[in-house]
Amino acid sequence: MKFFKFLLVGIFFGIVLVKSEAVSWYRIYEMFKFQSFHMYGIIGSAVILGALVVWLIKKSNLKSTEGAIIDLPPKDRVVTRYLAGGIIFGLGWALAGACPGPMYVLVGTGVLSMIIVIAAAVLGTFVYGLLKDSLPH
Amino acid sequence: METILKPWPWYVSGPLITLVMFLLLYFGKTFGMSSNLRTLCSIGGGGKYCEFFRFNWRAQRWNLVVVLGTVIGGFLAVTYLSDGSIIDLNPRTVSDLAELNFAAAGHTLLPPEIYSWDYVISFKGLAILIGGGFLVGFGTRYAGGCTSGHAITGLSNLQIPSLIAVIGFFIGGLLMTHFLLPLIFG
Repeated sequence: MKFFKFLLVGIFFGIVLVKSEAVSWYRIYEMFKFQSFHMYGIIGSAVILGALVVWLIKKSNLKSTEGAIIDLPPKDRVVTRYLAGGIIFGLGWALAGACPGPMYVLVGTGVLSMIIVIAAAVLGTFVYGLLKDSLPH
Repeated sequence: METILKPWPWYVSGPLITLVMFLLLYFGKTFGMSSNLRTLCSIGGGGKYCEFFRFNWRAQRWNLVVVLGTVIGGFLAVTYLSDGSIIDLNPRTVSDLAELNFAAAGHTLLPPEIYSWDYVISFKGLAILIGGGFLVGFGTRYAGGCTSGHAITGLSNLQIPSLIAVIGFFIGGLLMTHFLLPLIFG
């Protein structure tokens, strides 16, 4: 039963992503064309409220249900991996119109061909693992 | 109920995504959907090929349960919580897409010109899905996160590296949308 709460969070997340239309290829295309505020509003409001939430978590030393103080570790202060990886990700995001959350949601909406995209994403991650030590980070 | 069945505005959806991030942090975890791709590699035996996939994937089972939930959530949303509204795209977007041979933009969540089986079983269609998925999977691990890990959690935690990653997402997305999609579909 310890996994049940994660199932509920996932169900909720999936519903939000569909109802917000953030799972739509068309909305991603529209965002990259700067033709609508919709996606910027979703991500922007999530981040602004998120910054407040994270600040409050740190200020209050809030403990998780596991009993430890919630900690968000800082990321490595490098540039190459974030920029290069980010660009590669962005190319795929705008082509497939789905990032690693919406991919699964869309399978649930009945788009079974998305399983091909998920399989290719697993393959991409696998190839990254193979090449990791020879790539600049 | 009628309000729920209509598409949700950004100012409702955005804060609800923040709530998802908060709940996962409160449960002692993190909000990062792309980690599951690495977990799947590990479960599939990737550890035999490189050290990157040699980790205790059982500790990541909670995140696979989140994935299972999102699939169920997607099903529930389209089956019980939708009124079949057409996506209210900018008319410019619809006409730009018509020039790229996308008919009826916004009538479905995804363009049938990419995701319907008629197109998927062609060489070009298959190459688009495999290419797009591969770039997402490779790029997200290289960048150390995706939209949930960097754009939502990382930016909320005021991480400069996440800002760099998000700038990268946009450089790649703009290149694809403005230069490559017209070549692929035009």
